[in-house]
Amino acid sequence: MNVAAPPETASATVHTAQAPRVKKVTTRPPKGPRRSSLLTTFTWVVALLFFAPVAWMVLTSFKQESAAASSPPSFFFEPTFDQYRNILSSDAGPYFLNSVIATAGSTLLVLLLAVPAAYALSIRPIKRTQDALFFFISTKMLPIVAVIMPIYVIAGQIRMLDNILTLIILYTAMNLPIAIWMMRSFFLEVPGEVLEAASIDGASLVGTMRRVLIPMVAPGIAATALICVIFAWNEFFFALNLTAANAATAPIYLMSTMTSEGLFLAQLSAASVLASLPVVLAGWFAQKQLVRGLSMGAVK
Amino acid sequence: MTTTTPARPPKTQSAEELRARKAAARAEGWRRRAPLLPALIFVIVCTQIPFLLTIWYSLRSRNLLRPEGEQFVGLSNFADIFVDSTFRSAALNSVLITFGCVFAALILGLGLALLLDRPFAGRGVVRTLLITPFLIMPVAGAMLWSISMFNPSYGLVNWMIGLVGIPPVDWTSQYPLFSIVVALVWQWTPFMMLLLLAGLQSQQRDVLEAASMDGASTWDTFRFVTVPHLRFYIELSVLLGVIYVVNTFDHIYLMTAGGPGTASANLPFYIYQRAFLGFDIGQSAAMGVLTVIATIIISLLALRLIFRGLNAKEQS
Repeated sequence: MNVAAPPETASATVHTAQAPRVKKVTTRPPKGPRRSSLLTTFTWVVALLFFAPVAWMVLTSFKQESAAASSPPSFFFEPTFDQYRNILSSDAGPYFLNSVIATAGSTLLVLLLAVPAAYALSIRPIKRTQDALFFFISTKMLPIVAVIMPIYVIAGQIRMLDNILTLIILYTAMNLPIAIWMMRSFFLEVPGEVLEAASIDGASLVGTMRRVLIPMVAPGIAATALICVIFAWNEFFFALNLTAANAATAPIYLMSTMTSEGLFLAQLSAASVLASLPVVLAGWFAQKQLVRGLSMGAVK
Repeated sequence: MTTTTPARPPKTQSAEELRARKAAARAEGWRRRAPLLPALIFVIVCTQIPFLLTIWYSLRSRNLLRPEGEQFVGLSNFADIFVDSTFRSAALNSVLITFGCVFAALILGLGLALLLDRPFAGRGVVRTLLITPFLIMPVAGAMLWSISMFNPSYGLVNWMIGLVGIPPVDWTSQYPLFSIVVALVWQWTPFMMLLLLAGLQSQQRDVLEAASMDGASTWDTFRFVTVPHLRFYIELSVLLGVIYVVNTFDHIYLMTAGGPGTASANLPFYIYQRAFLGFDIGQSAAMGVLTVIATIIISLLALRLIFRGLNAKEQS
């Protein structure tokens, strides 16, 4: 027992450093340190297995094409930046630029519409708040494929096919319900006294909004924006059906690197890494906001 | 009438007062509604109008390859669907893929959440590694699985099973549904894990402590304390998972293209095929309408559930 004790105390001190965990360490009856370290090892193995396909993708992106599709798979090779260099010198730029425009444009538009709407469903609620919330969320359940044909026909008639503005509008409609639900959950957390104080001061609605409310829910707005960015950046179905040469986005570029003849795996992997990187980084750094956003504000 | 009580005003005044109060209430109602309207109108225009058009299309015979034949055909598009065996198999595939994926991701996600709900060295790193599959662009994830993992000659999976002497398998051709579900489960497990982990961490520690004080075993505590507490989170994850996974298109389009034949087509993919490759607008619109009706029935049940949960939470 004495031999095994030091690691346990060491791990306990590590966690007392993180304030919220203190209670957990002290209240839980100590289990065998051996069992604990076994469980930790197991967790690590599972996590690495789960992550392995991503690691493989990154690894492949640094290979030459011949090494990328070798059998048996090559684990040791001379890393090369050729694939990334190829992509940067290829026609990938416009695709990524379109993705940036569609994502940023739709996210801004979503926030512009969702913040006032969420206000009208939380702080000074309309009478039929529940109905409105129900309506918004029900549109998320509408299978997109059931509306793609009319959208395609309408966009064709008003000459908006292969236009980035069409994607901005559709991504806004796609994310707006989620954003409204999320923003509402943040508005509901604003204490009533703050609003009362503001209204006694005689601040107008817009003034209250700008000086009191918006700063208080700023983290909520950031979390909402994150979720909108993720869904818009990754969207494929609309981009596939409504764009061609001018407005195609990064997912379409990924698909286009897959050729029927020849070797393309290393190039595809490098493109996948580049296309995934913005969302992966954003998600890594905002894990807490991610949970709240994915549950539309229901889980804090 | 000098001593009017506010509770009982004289009749002559009340009509006018009432009207004024009504007007004020109406103005107040519109003031409250005003911030909502732009978003509401936007969503209605973008989702409801196309859907009404879909219903309109579904009652007409229209094929872009045969421009002469557009006419009103009543419900015959729907009648055709009921004898279309591919539609039935696509509907079945939709159900299999959705529930297979949500169920497997839920179980795995619960397991991972339980593993992460204890302090250990590197917990933050493990969590970060585990959520990454969800953040990878779905198009990249689908191609990663269909090519790097499942390719019959150089895929990693065949190499691994080869190490234990199993002959190579052409995964996406021989087991297309299984391959798709594996790739989807990989993507959606982190989602389930995140929600369930948040649920586990919102448990009150003193309850768990009391349970262990009373001599409850770990399993009993899990069964009678944790699971009931997690119920809301499990329901929420399943509902959200179903909403997202039922619309799966990327993975099917990129991994199997619905094949071999139509063996792995789900409803979104089959409807897409009929509309954009077969140009059969009437038929695909009718299928869309049926899909929406089915979705509405399922989601009404699910939404009632979630509203109950949310209201209970807001009250507590």
